Amino acid sequence: MAREIATQNAQKGGPEQGPVFKRSTSARHALDWVFIVLLFIATMIGLVVLAVLLVDIAVDGVPRLSWKFLTSFPSVIPENSGIYPALLGSVWLLGLTALISVPLGVGAAVYLEEYAPDSWLTRLIEVNISNLAGVPSIIYGLLGLGIFVNLLPSVTGGESILSGALTLSLLILPIIIIATREALRTVPDAVREGGYALGATRWEVIRSHLLPMALPGALTGTILALSRAIGEAAPLIVVGAATYITFAPTGPQSNYSALPILIYSWISQPQPGFQTAAAAGIVVLMIVLLLTNSVAICLRNKHQRRV
Amino acid sequence: MAVNTKQSGRSEDELWGRESRMRHFRERAIKAVFAACAYISVLTTFGIVFVLLFETINFFREVSIVDFLTATTWSAAFVNPQFGIIVLIGGTLLTTAIALAVALPVGLLAAIYLSEYASPRLRRWLKPALEVLAGVPTIVYGYFALTFVTPLLQNTIFPSLTIFNALSAGLVMGVMIIPTIASVSEDAIYAVPRSLREGGYALGATKREVATRIVVPAALSGIVAATVLGISRAIGETMIVAVAAGNQAQLTANPLESVQTMTAFIVQVASGDTPTGSLTYNTIFAVGATLFVMTLILNVISHLFVRRFREAY
Repeated sequence: MAREIATQNAQKGGPEQGPVFKRSTSARHALDWVFIVLLFIATMIGLVVLAVLLVDIAVDGVPRLSWKFLTSFPSVIPENSGIYPALLGSVWLLGLTALISVPLGVGAAVYLEEYAPDSWLTRLIEVNISNLAGVPSIIYGLLGLGIFVNLLPSVTGGESILSGALTLSLLILPIIIIATREALRTVPDAVREGGYALGATRWEVIRSHLLPMALPGALTGTILALSRAIGEAAPLIVVGAATYITFAPTGPQSNYSALPILIYSWISQPQPGFQTAAAAGIVVLMIVLLLTNSVAICLRNKHQRRV
Repeated sequence: MAVNTKQSGRSEDELWGRESRMRHFRERAIKAVFAACAYISVLTTFGIVFVLLFETINFFREVSIVDFLTATTWSAAFVNPQFGIIVLIGGTLLTTAIALAVALPVGLLAAIYLSEYASPRLRRWLKPALEVLAGVPTIVYGYFALTFVTPLLQNTIFPSLTIFNALSAGLVMGVMIIPTIASVSEDAIYAVPRSLREGGYALGATKREVATRIVVPAALSGIVAATVLGISRAIGETMIVAVAAGNQAQLTANPLESVQTMTAFIVQVASGDTPTGSLTYNTIFAVGATLFVMTLILNVISHLFVRRFREAY
């Protein structure tokens, strides 16, 4: 704006002849209003689509929900199909993924934030983590297929829950590390120095003060990461989650299915009955996500009050 | 302080003498364990590169690299397979372009609204609400594209639309990446110093003129970073296109037709029974390597632009 006025004035040889200031201010202010309306519509578009999506899925899926749907096995007859083994598979995956990824992620964050020297190696790890966060999830699937399923089947059991959980853990590790580091960074240095002044070692300060104080932030990030893992379908398809399975998983090395996988397989069926079943499966998936996210919010609020 | 209360019963000698050697050893062991956790991320990158490279080399033992890059048909599952990656890249770029056509204007305008116009209270409420869009599982978006958006388009604007098409997959994907573009752009717009805005007001500019001619140009590198990041997300997105775009590998610029993206091809092969080590099995790694290189380049570009706007102010 300013530059434009300046150049126009320079061309015309002085501010008196500049046409810019004669432009009607009321027209400009009217345009301002149009602009605000446009901005508001743009902001709302996403939310409106979200609302339509939720209503559409609820209308399609909720009537199909029943206790039988939750406790029966998939079937070739859409009306008899249920999600029991897939739901159990998802719970297994969630538990194992949390067990693997949380200690690793928190450990890596503590190292980078509290121990790591300011060297090129540390910077390499940091750049590497932010790059990993941008790698598409299906690439992690290929990684899991190449390493966990084909290279280490004696450990993981091949196309097993453990392979799936390891793959998902690597996928969400960058998110957990980034969230935990941010939480650790919010703890003031005075806490660390106070601890050292009393003779505590680095680890003692971390365990007794830094981790408890960073907990709410780290927990929120971790649960958000885990809820992303619950919804992931692409990497699990690649590491061999079964689309049609007639038994419940028995252990970490068992074959398995998962909710998003079952939903995908139902969507791909031509019969409309399966589309309804898919919608009902989506409703269950969304409820599970809603529950985990509310747990995250509750835990954060509880700890925030204490600290 | 925890040390003192635990060991208050012991003699002073024990507290400060022998104990300190043990503590020193324990400290080093703990540091080593944490360091090992951090190095796992480096191992992950090595693992990805190793797996993709290894299987891609196997693939190129059987298929010429020139054919892979220049052929214009893709028919991996047929008797006489053709591997022209251009076809899959074309499908990917088509859905990405549609997604960007939705997400860029909507995301940018939303970012301007949140940063320049919304009251702090409204902003605190709107930002997380928009973030929810990024948290919805992509398979859910796929279902929505196939069973809601496609029939809606068929009944209104495009009666000739096929069930599987690039358009509805791209549109829904665009909605999915709105939060990515909005939140990175908003960070950049928010970082523009107040003095620039006030300079604009002092010259008699209205709020809109300040926003569009001073703030947005000043935040341009951040907006470019957001756009590149959005493109990278769209290229790597899998389930929406696997469900709604169909799996017809053809080179077309017509959004009303069915296309196959790189990601959808990987899913299609992986959901079937493909013996390990077969040519089709190796193909998904060659396609994966192409996808990995493309997203890596985009992420690095986005990273460079983000650094530029952080340094500017």
